[in-house]
Amino acid sequence: MNDVGQSVEITVDGRTVLANPGELLIDACERTGTYIPRFCHHPRMRPVGMCRSCLVEVDTGRGPALQASCMLECSPGMQVDTESERTRKAQAGVLEFLLVNHPLDCPVCDKGGECPLQDQTMAFGPGESRFVEEKRHFEKPIPVNDNVFLDRERCILCDRCTRFADEVAGDALIHFQGRGSDTEVNTFPDEPFSSYFSGNTVQVCPVGALTAAPYRFKARPWDLEEVESTSVVDSVGSRIAVQSSRDCVLRFQGVDADAVNWGWLCDKERFIFEAYDHEDRLGTPLLRGDDGDLAPTGWGEALAAAAAALTDVDPDRIAVLGGARLTNESQYAWTKFAKGVLGTDHVDAQLGDGLPADFVLGLPRATIDEACTPGGIIVLLGPDPKEELGSLYLRLRHAVVHDGATLIELTPRATGLTPFADHSLRVRPGEAVDVVRAMFGEGGTAPIGGVTVEEAQAVGAIVSGAAVGQNRPVTVLLGRQSLAEAPGTVVDAALVLHDWIADVRFLSMLRRGNVHGALDLGLAPGLLPGRVGLDEGRPRFAAAWPTTPATKGRDALESLRAAADGEVDVLVLLGADVLTDVPDHDLARRGLEGAGTVIALDLFATPTVAAADVVLPATAPTETDGTVTNLEGRVSIVARKVTPPGTARPDWMIAVELARRLGADLGISSPDDVWAELSVVSPIHAHIDPEALAVQAREGILVSGGPALVRPAPLEVPSHDKNSYRLVVTRSMYDCGVLTAHSRSLAGLAPVTRLAFEPTDFAALGVAEGGRIEVRGPRGNIDVVVGPDSRVTKGTAHLLFNQRGVSAGDLIEATAAVIDLTVVPV
Amino acid sequence: MSFFTEANARTAAEVIARYPRPRSAVIPLLHLAQEQEGWVTRDAMVEIAELTGATPAEVLGTGSFYEMFRFHPVGRYVVNVCTNISCQLLGGEELLHHVEESLEVHAGGTTADGMFTVEEVECVAACTEAPCFTVNYRYFHRADPDTFDAVVDDLRAGRSPLARGAQGDDGNLPAHGTLGRLRQHIPDDRRAGVVPPEQADQEPVWLRTAPSTTSAADA
Ligand code: SF4
Ligand code: FES
Ligand code: FES
Repeated sequence: MNDVGQSVEITVDGRTVLANPGELLIDACERTGTYIPRFCHHPRMRPVGMCRSCLVEVDTGRGPALQASCMLECSPGMQVDTESERTRKAQAGVLEFLLVNHPLDCPVCDKGGECPLQDQTMAFGPGESRFVEEKRHFEKPIPVNDNVFLDRERCILCDRCTRFADEVAGDALIHFQGRGSDTEVNTFPDEPFSSYFSGNTVQVCPVGALTAAPYRFKARPWDLEEVESTSVVDSVGSRIAVQSSRDCVLRFQGVDADAVNWGWLCDKERFIFEAYDHEDRLGTPLLRGDDGDLAPTGWGEALAAAAAALTDVDPDRIAVLGGARLTNESQYAWTKFAKGVLGTDHVDAQLGDGLPADFVLGLPRATIDEACTPGGIIVLLGPDPKEELGSLYLRLRHAVVHDGATLIELTPRATGLTPFADHSLRVRPGEAVDVVRAMFGEGGTAPIGGVTVEEAQAVGAIVSGAAVGQNRPVTVLLGRQSLAEAPGTVVDAALVLHDWIADVRFLSMLRRGNVHGALDLGLAPGLLPGRVGLDEGRPRFAAAWPTTPATKGRDALESLRAAADGEVDVLVLLGADVLTDVPDHDLARRGLEGAGTVIALDLFATPTVAAADVVLPATAPTETDGTVTNLEGRVSIVARKVTPPGTARPDWMIAVELARRLGADLGISSPDDVWAELSVVSPIHAHIDPEALAVQAREGILVSGGPALVRPAPLEVPSHDKNSYRLVVTRSMYDCGVLTAHSRSLAGLAPVTRLAFEPTDFAALGVAEGGRIEVRGPRGNIDVVVGPDSRVTKGTAHLLFNQRGVSAGDLIEATAAVIDLTVVPV
Repeated sequence: MSFFTEANARTAAEVIARYPRPRSAVIPLLHLAQEQEGWVTRDAMVEIAELTGATPAEVLGTGSFYEMFRFHPVGRYVVNVCTNISCQLLGGEELLHHVEESLEVHAGGTTADGMFTVEEVECVAACTEAPCFTVNYRYFHRADPDTFDAVVDDLRAGRSPLARGAQGDDGNLPAHGTLGRLRQHIPDDRRAGVVPPEQADQEPVWLRTAPSTTSAADA
């Protein structure tokens, strides 16, 4: 046994090598320049010693013997020979064995050219096979799910895909079946590998056995060009490799950023590029003509129309919504244009589905690594990470399942993490703060929020005791648990946690792509770039910008209300599909109708865009250079790989051009210019510049610091009426959002939603599953399809947002703290 | 609708309780399922998965490693005829031929009445008694077509053929899948300390010396 923390001296091919304690021989060799062939070994999964191709001669004092270097921890004095006659013969022999049943169909195999089996056979193989018998045969590729195909003949049984499914994703829906030469990977009959993470198996398969539909037969690896970039599908900021051929993106692959995604992607991150390439992308500006129809036009006319609409308008009558899709640079340009040129503070990148920006920025922040500290404590007071932030879910699951972290859930409905939670407190919507108070002994003895006081106190003992006593860091994952609850419910609960738990940190779960960049760069009411309030920042910005707003403006919902009341002359939408994404659909409709001129920058003709007066086509992340900021505050590079469709332009360029037409110079002629300016106006960004980012491209650069904690006024929640059901509205990984709907591989995966009740509640309704009932809510009576769901809590009813079936947005009233539904008797 | 009969569901619960982790019961429950139906059905695997917290794919994956779990229907009696070297030299192939002809079914098939499944197998480790065949894994040594016919006559007449077999055991020859005539019941106090290994804070019950066993039982 080695002393912990001491490096281990071993000899590899006569050289002395220092291995880290516990390091596997194969890794220590690779790190120091000696590559040992391998198939099953994967740095992010536990060793299994399945393929035997990593055999090397090792002498640990008992004479040299062949050992699998992926199963062997380095021990002091180990003598390793990776080049001996015996090693070479063993490696060649194993490769010959692996090829016994492997078809020689490389010319028609997608893996050809990037195939570890091909490469290692060339480098370490025998050059010739002595096997002349018939190889085994299977039906050529079978679908294991809608997107992943399995060609069992090519499989070398390395156990990577199956280990990934079980160990990493927790979806053990593919498994070895049979024995010996009849072994195959397969699903249970008629039960597909329905996993949000299935694409990773394709990436880790060392042969062409697993292929993904979007890439099959599309390209040869030597025709691919690649840049490293960051995924902006959600706010995790997973690192990706964008691969293209002939100016067309063909594949996203996960890149192993140690601080972020560990090489994994969820299928949404992986396959979303299909939407960027979609033929429905907007490629020319559109202008509403005298006939009332949107018609294609040139940039000159479109920009002139937009600029004319913005000329001589009272800033108080301009609102800018959206912008979470934009790069940091575009966000800065738009903040500068809106707040510094137009002078409006009615700017909000969130669409009523997030949390107050100043509140999020004032909380002490955690990184993903801090949240996943081995042995740490994780409190989930937010949405289901498996549905909303796929790669974060994998990190959290790893922390809890493999690294001894303790998970506590305070959610209204079971989540993807529930099976691993130490305590799952089901909290009735609106009552999270009461439950959290009860945890720390502040509250009555009656059951609160669907939780007993004893349960709550048991949890309180874990989180508070741990934080002080045993050096176990506590991280709260914070986000909107339900779109049918006002944000105040989690804000109030978060404040209690903040006050009771020493050194607690928060990881924001706001989910939209670059929403954290938007907060950091001032696309939120009352904020200026650099996480500062208007008053604090004004002196600095007064020097750099033509103007700054005098008072804090409206958030998105307030702006829509003002628009509905005819108080908004110009509504600028930065990739904001308000009709779909604002939880309160009625408000969104009225706001859009009541607004004067609507200027929309977007990738697609969404329903909202169809109602705009000026439509400006913007570039997608694969067509834009810049950076984004993830939920930790990590800034990393987004790289342009292909040309945008038609004449679509980056969002920052549109801001610059509009400003110019209004007689202002934003001083930005490239994304890099933004960093030069930020280094002056935003101290929190001062350590970042394009050179530093290029050096630290993979892990990105963290932004930290922020304003003091703000304490919004507590939310008044009406008490729960026993005869009503409190509505919970959550999101699922795939929905009817414009990007998912335009990804061929993902569009079909969106579920149909129905109003779901806890099974005994459902039985009491006396309706058949799939039947219809009428419910009364704040928006009147609605006829809905219903069903039971054991993940739902008693006294609540659940819907998925933005899905076919029932339109949750038609039930939500944005001013209500919670939505109570009563069943209308027939 | 559950797969296991009421009695077997009770047995399943008891078996699961024997292990620190429910998943460990997958193989015993596959046996139980095979005992109930003669083979392991799809419904059985789905239910075992539910009971043990595994996925159906894991249950099938685990079970299919073992040749003696059957995932397709088999006859009440599974006849294995050895044609490996010793048996082959002494007439194993002729014996198989006779079995196929007399039962009118090819190796791998099942008779129309569902009584017999015939399989050609590799050495069953009775080479000194070649040629041999087994019925539901009971051996019949130095067999010839007459031995086989007599066994079939017995079975069709509802008599046990075991007296003709290797063991000289004249009990019943139960249907395929039956594991044993007795089922073991382990009282709570005799269980070998059912806690997950990482939570075990004392030696297992079966290692303990007499006095502490008593005190554990008293507790
Ligand atoms: S399909 Fe690929 S990853 Fe899975 S076991 Fe076979 S070779 Fe390995
Ligand atoms: S890499 Fe070591 S056994 Fe496969
Ligand atoms: S050869 Fe038939 S039992 Fe061994």
